[in-house]
Amino acid sequence: MAKQVFHHTFENGLTLLAENMPHVRSATVNIIVPAGCAYDPANMPGISSVLSEIILRGAGKNNSKELSLAMDGIGLDRSCSAGTNHIRLWGATLSRNLPKTIDLFADIILKPHLPKSDVESVKMLAAQEIMSIEDDPKQKVMLALRKNHFPSPLGNDRRGTLEGLEAITHDALSKFWKKNFRPSGTIISVAGNIEWEPLKAQVEKLFGKWKGSDVPALKLSPGKGGKNHISKDTQQVQIGIAYPSVTYGHKDFYAAIGAVNVLSGGMSSRLFTEVREKRGLCYSVWASYQNFKEVAAVICYAGTTTDMAQETLDVTLKQIANLTKGIKEEEVKRLKIGLKSSMLIQEESSSARAGSIAVDWYYLGRVRPLEEIQKAIDSITTKSILSHVKEYNPKEFTIVTLGNKQLKYGK
Amino acid sequence: MTFHQQQCSNGLTIIGEVIPEARSAAVGFFVRTGSRDETVEESGVSHFLEHMLFKGTKKRDAAQVNKDFDKIGANYNAFTSEENTVFYASTLPEYHQDATEILADILRPSLRSADFEMEKKVIIEEIGMYEDNPGWMVFDHARKLFFADHPLGNSVLGTAQSITDLKRDQMLDYFQRRYIASNITLVASGNFEWDKFLKKAEKLTTNWKFGMARRDHIRQTSGSAEFKLLEKKTTTQQNVVMICPGPPAASPLRYAANLFAMILGDQSGSRLYWSLVDSGLAESADCSFHEYDGAGAFYTSFSCDPKNTHKNLEIVIKQIHELIIKGITEEELEQAKSKVLSRIVRAGEKTMNRLQEVGMTWVYLRKYKSVDEDMQTYEKVNLRQMQQLIERYPLLRLTTTAMGPLAKLKMPDIPKQPKVPNAQHS
Repeated sequence: MAKQVFHHTFENGLTLLAENMPHVRSATVNIIVPAGCAYDPANMPGISSVLSEIILRGAGKNNSKELSLAMDGIGLDRSCSAGTNHIRLWGATLSRNLPKTIDLFADIILKPHLPKSDVESVKMLAAQEIMSIEDDPKQKVMLALRKNHFPSPLGNDRRGTLEGLEAITHDALSKFWKKNFRPSGTIISVAGNIEWEPLKAQVEKLFGKWKGSDVPALKLSPGKGGKNHISKDTQQVQIGIAYPSVTYGHKDFYAAIGAVNVLSGGMSSRLFTEVREKRGLCYSVWASYQNFKEVAAVICYAGTTTDMAQETLDVTLKQIANLTKGIKEEEVKRLKIGLKSSMLIQEESSSARAGSIAVDWYYLGRVRPLEEIQKAIDSITTKSILSHVKEYNPKEFTIVTLGNKQLKYGK
Repeated sequence: MTFHQQQCSNGLTIIGEVIPEARSAAVGFFVRTGSRDETVEESGVSHFLEHMLFKGTKKRDAAQVNKDFDKIGANYNAFTSEENTVFYASTLPEYHQDATEILADILRPSLRSADFEMEKKVIIEEIGMYEDNPGWMVFDHARKLFFADHPLGNSVLGTAQSITDLKRDQMLDYFQRRYIASNITLVASGNFEWDKFLKKAEKLTTNWKFGMARRDHIRQTSGSAEFKLLEKKTTTQQNVVMICPGPPAASPLRYAANLFAMILGDQSGSRLYWSLVDSGLAESADCSFHEYDGAGAFYTSFSCDPKNTHKNLEIVIKQIHELIIKGITEEELEQAKSKVLSRIVRAGEKTMNRLQEVGMTWVYLRKYKSVDEDMQTYEKVNLRQMQQLIERYPLLRLTTTAMGPLAKLKMPDIPKQPKVPNAQHS
């Protein structure tokens, strides 16, 4: 399958990527700006998230209502949200509306109004979002797990804190935007039924004069790790487990992905089989790979009623430990087909592709051709997974539990 | 895109939409059964049975079912609603036949006692998980309050008690009543060959039981119009669901109804967005149209700081009231259409979405609609149809459920359903 991925880095450091998908009628635009919550000032955690909300409230010649109308008028589904490293502006529509989308998005990034009159209402929204974590025990435990496991500020929750919100002013929002919105480190990725040359010319015209310094390096300090319990009166006990893995682009990357899939790659994978199917301990149990440029981890989750919680934790930890005892040929065969299927079926979605090519560029500075990924998947063997899990056998787990009973965390 | 259909002699319907340029192929069995078809004693059996189908057949045990699906890299699952139980898988085109074979096999489950007892535990865990999530729980309560004695108020999950009490024989009886060929539609969509698929599917299902599965109590309801406050001290946000009647699935007004829900409560640019979310009064607000056999309803919901709940209820009522007395503007309708059209095109690019769309359209309307036909239908909706919808359904007859820390909450007065001026009847 010949795939066309175009790339151009402008003089100011802005990267434009585009993948042509002639078999679809849609197009997706994805813009990531290096202004995520990792760059929140220490006294204002949550500011990038607040900015991601207020930034849609008027830009260029449009006030908030007009901008919203303009985007709805072209059937543009969109969102803007803060992540750890980036603020991400995303929009999907019919490909014929792509030029209009780029125009509107350029206004949002380069000429947002950040209206003073909206600061209070946006902060009210943000406060409710922080409060609602309390009503979602699963989310609460996973946020605590990330915070404890990953180095600060990578493990921070983008929502910030209520105290942090208090401190945020209109002035602070403007300053944060000015300081962190820069072409260097910003990636615009487009996928769908598109034409490269006109797209490139339009982006050049709109973003070409944008200026800014390089992305500052983050100072990381280690997470506290350890075992922690959050006491809460709930039906179920929530369990989160994390341990280190290798980063995107590491020579062991595919072996690591293989190992996670042995644990949790499908319903025949080990966690689902041992925890749910054989023992009926829970409804939901899974493991997944999560990464940053600097660090990566395997994150596991299980939610189960109080009486079953200890056994659920014990069995889950045992399954992780058992990886080093051997990997079966049939397991590897299954997970390879699973990986290959997801990779190829992703080609049906312009929004998945726009996301993927940006991720590749951010981590690797290039977009991997399909053939390369295919080859890498083919190269996964029982041996490669086994030697990976042996070398990276977790010495220590970060564990967070939540519920009305504290568990014993083993050694 | 070509559409095919075939009625088998045992009553099973097989349909397929072939999309040669798709990267994958999807297949699913749509069983026309759900919580509304359960007796009180069977509460939760449809969903429990859905789980049991993955626990094995004469030829496969549970582990083998999972392994065989994973072996072909299938993305597979199932869901149960008030009216449908659907089992589906999407794969690369070369595995479409295998996926069809596994699905057809699990549709004739063994329902072994040991598996039944084990899976009971999993279902009870699933119920526990939802009970810890007020944003989900409030919908279950709201539906029950609105539908009252109408079977659409039945809970899909059942309760921990009803599941504990359920016997394997009851499930077997339900299975034999409901999973008969004429009550099932086999649907395929994506990159596959119809002739090959049909031949294989017919062979796999030829022994399925012939017969009729009835659905009782198909009727409209305008809801109880009650108000209920459920105090949950451990939560921080107030979750509110307001339900009013709407057209049933087979009504030609269903398209207008979807557009109406979008105009009132889409997550961007809707009336509720501007009045509740933009102002920061609610963390989220939404309106969605749910259509069923013989009945329909609009679910309007929001989640907010408890102290704003009363005010927000007033705002929702005011917004609906205004839509009724002043009507919808041409501009609003056009905007809602652009959003719908863009979403239809994008959803249509994924075979898994097409499978659901083609399957559900068939189950409810006995019709096929291509992506382009679907778009054309929406494009044709005009203000007169929107007005008809507003006239015909008492949109201010709201059944309201609020769940959260509030111990007291007064439901604001609801204005009388106004007479619609200049109503034009067709």
